Amino acid sequence: MSRSPLLVVAAAALLTLAACSGKPQAAAKTDATPAANAPAEHVTRGDFGPPQGEPIHAVLTSPPHVPPPVNRNYPAKVIVELEVIEKEMPISEGVSYTFWTFGGTVPGSFIRVRQGDTVEFHLKNAPDSKMPHNIDLHGVTGPGGGAASSFTAPGHASQFTFKALNQGIYVYHCATAPVGMHIANGMYGLILVEPPEGLPKVDHEYYVMQGDFYTTGKYRQKGLQPFDMEKAIDENPTYVLFNGKEGALTGDNALTAKTNETVRLFVGNGGPNLVSSFHVIGEIFDKVQPEGGTVAQHNVQTTLIPAGGAATVEFHTDVPGSYVLVDHSIFRAFNKGALGILKVDGPEDKTIYSGKEVDYVYLGDRSEPNLQAVSTAAKAHAAGTLTKDEQIAAGKQLFTGTCSVCHQANGEGLPNVFPPLAKSDYLAADPKRAIEVVLHGLQGKIKVNGHEYDSIMPPMNQLTDDEVANILTYVLNSWGNPGGQISKEEAAKVRAAPAPTTASQGH
Amino acid sequence: MRAGLALVMFGLMLALPAAAADYAALPGGSFTSVLPADGKAAAAQVAPFRLRTEPVTNAEFLAFVKTHPEWRRDRVARILADQRYLSHWADAETLGSEALPRQPVTRVSWFAAQAYCESEGARLPSWYEWEYAAAADATRRDARSDPAWRENLLAWYSRPSNAPLPDVGGAPNAYGVRDITQPVWEWVDDFNALLVASDSRDQNDPDVLKFCGAGAVSLQEKENYAVLMRIAMLSALKAADTTNNMGFRCAKPE
Repeated sequence: MSRSPLLVVAAAALLTLAACSGKPQAAAKTDATPAANAPAEHVTRGDFGPPQGEPIHAVLTSPPHVPPPVNRNYPAKVIVELEVIEKEMPISEGVSYTFWTFGGTVPGSFIRVRQGDTVEFHLKNAPDSKMPHNIDLHGVTGPGGGAASSFTAPGHASQFTFKALNQGIYVYHCATAPVGMHIANGMYGLILVEPPEGLPKVDHEYYVMQGDFYTTGKYRQKGLQPFDMEKAIDENPTYVLFNGKEGALTGDNALTAKTNETVRLFVGNGGPNLVSSFHVIGEIFDKVQPEGGTVAQHNVQTTLIPAGGAATVEFHTDVPGSYVLVDHSIFRAFNKGALGILKVDGPEDKTIYSGKEVDYVYLGDRSEPNLQAVSTAAKAHAAGTLTKDEQIAAGKQLFTGTCSVCHQANGEGLPNVFPPLAKSDYLAADPKRAIEVVLHGLQGKIKVNGHEYDSIMPPMNQLTDDEVANILTYVLNSWGNPGGQISKEEAAKVRAAPAPTTASQGH
Repeated sequence: MRAGLALVMFGLMLALPAAAADYAALPGGSFTSVLPADGKAAAAQVAPFRLRTEPVTNAEFLAFVKTHPEWRRDRVARILADQRYLSHWADAETLGSEALPRQPVTRVSWFAAQAYCESEGARLPSWYEWEYAAAADATRRDARSDPAWRENLLAWYSRPSNAPLPDVGGAPNAYGVRDITQPVWEWVDDFNALLVASDSRDQNDPDVLKFCGAGAVSLQEKENYAVLMRIAMLSALKAADTTNNMGFRCAKPE
């Protein structure tokens, strides 16, 4: 078995272009050009010679299932028989749609071969189909990816053969005009070309494919809904779905795994229009092979899956629960259907995820002010460089957290309940008295700006001397008050002095 | 004796279905086809012609087969019609429950359709003639700019074709022609020349409609794609092919 390490970096890219370029020669094999910076093992093409042994009939599976590993160490001739069926199926609860399918499902049957295999492809178009169809497999090297050789009228079958030269996970789709409509009706699926040595063993493999759908009726409008070309051209889908139906991967249809297992998802995107931001809520992908390429990414949160592209994602399950598969363009998930569930059963592991431990009240800014200016002022004071402006800035933040609840952020207080600090004649008459009021509280009748107040202010002696000085300096220099400055030392002196007769309860 | 004469006359009536077929006169003229005459933008010129008002029915085709036994399904040359040819009939000369008399005949090859039309002193319409006649709705001769006209075509595409075909006799269009865009596809005389005829298209690839190229280039006018899907269908066929929903009607010169 000879393995020729031809380095064809561009081949994979050209493959996808070939079908749509209208210039078949674009798909012609490129010359073997050594890649400057790619490791050789990542770009090895796989022509391992003629097929050996008896021809094998490929096992095809419906989503979300994946055929078993190829488990073979030689290139074989693999026969794939895929039938195109046009059929009405539910797209959502009470909503049906005429899907055009590969194998009767959306996405179409999953095909699994080994790199180097010779694939004899039979595309059958059901006799009661209305439309001719064909297939373009992105895993095929050749004009149209097979489309040119597989244009098939209803009640006919086409055969063509290709060698699976490149390993990877590839989209296939119908490419009959109008291509967009054929794809929008569900004509896409995945073909996996395993590397010669196979894929590492995992506990579960699943097949998930996103698609966008365009119906004349609104989202979840009941009845048989026809295709809407206008919406399709505007790229304004009615539905964005995993596996062709809202609910295809939820409830009883959820994917399943146990804790401490490895899960591999083959995730494709049929489009026709949207690019998927594929994400599993609560999982981190340990490994992603973006676009099915051989270079893996690790520790990925969200992976982009282009329309007409696919990725292999793998992760380990640690914590039981429901993990939600979404297109993280998130309105698609919650308003257009792009949602699936992976249900993981097994024992809890509190060391990895605790569940909810405590529920407590959080008051936000008012109780937890940003105290940056306060600490700046404290540092400045310690250094002996504290300025009046620094005091005012620090005081403003402290005032917001402690004083504004009653005296209001604008210092106006509340009529007849909390006296104003703004333009306050009571304050202006004796600024130093304010230190006493803050530290010892105040109770009994007072008159401020011509109005009598008879309420209780509790002592605020939880404030440090620094804080008291800064708050009062801020108040004195705000809202038309006379200005001035209170020092930490002054506050300390008042704190040490005996409480005045006006001190409030709780002192 | 009298009974015998009646039988002969009955036989004659069966043998001459053409006498019963109605043809509508269409004036023709300059017509903007989805397939420009020069491959770019030129309008097609359609000469005045007459078109069958209804597709050929099972009963009509049965009568033809009886007078032209070489077109019986058990005698037809395989190169002129594939195995599916008239396979829904009960036998070579009996319609049966799967093929009602007034349903349009389907599972007929292009060769068979052409032979039938000849027996009626007619021919298959050209693509331009068919497209010209199908552009009409109930009141207008060219209703193609009306989204409702397009929706009507598309609605038929989007219905599965597993239900029995309705009888012919739908509502007439402005020319008095019935059932032209549904319930069957229809053969046209030049079905296999549609893609290669306009060789000056930029694609210079006769296969272009088979893949993305056509979708991207020719379908830029979204009003046209519903019609182009018929061309794709016709292009998928060979002259001996038959399908469950491909029928035909005939045309004559003025």
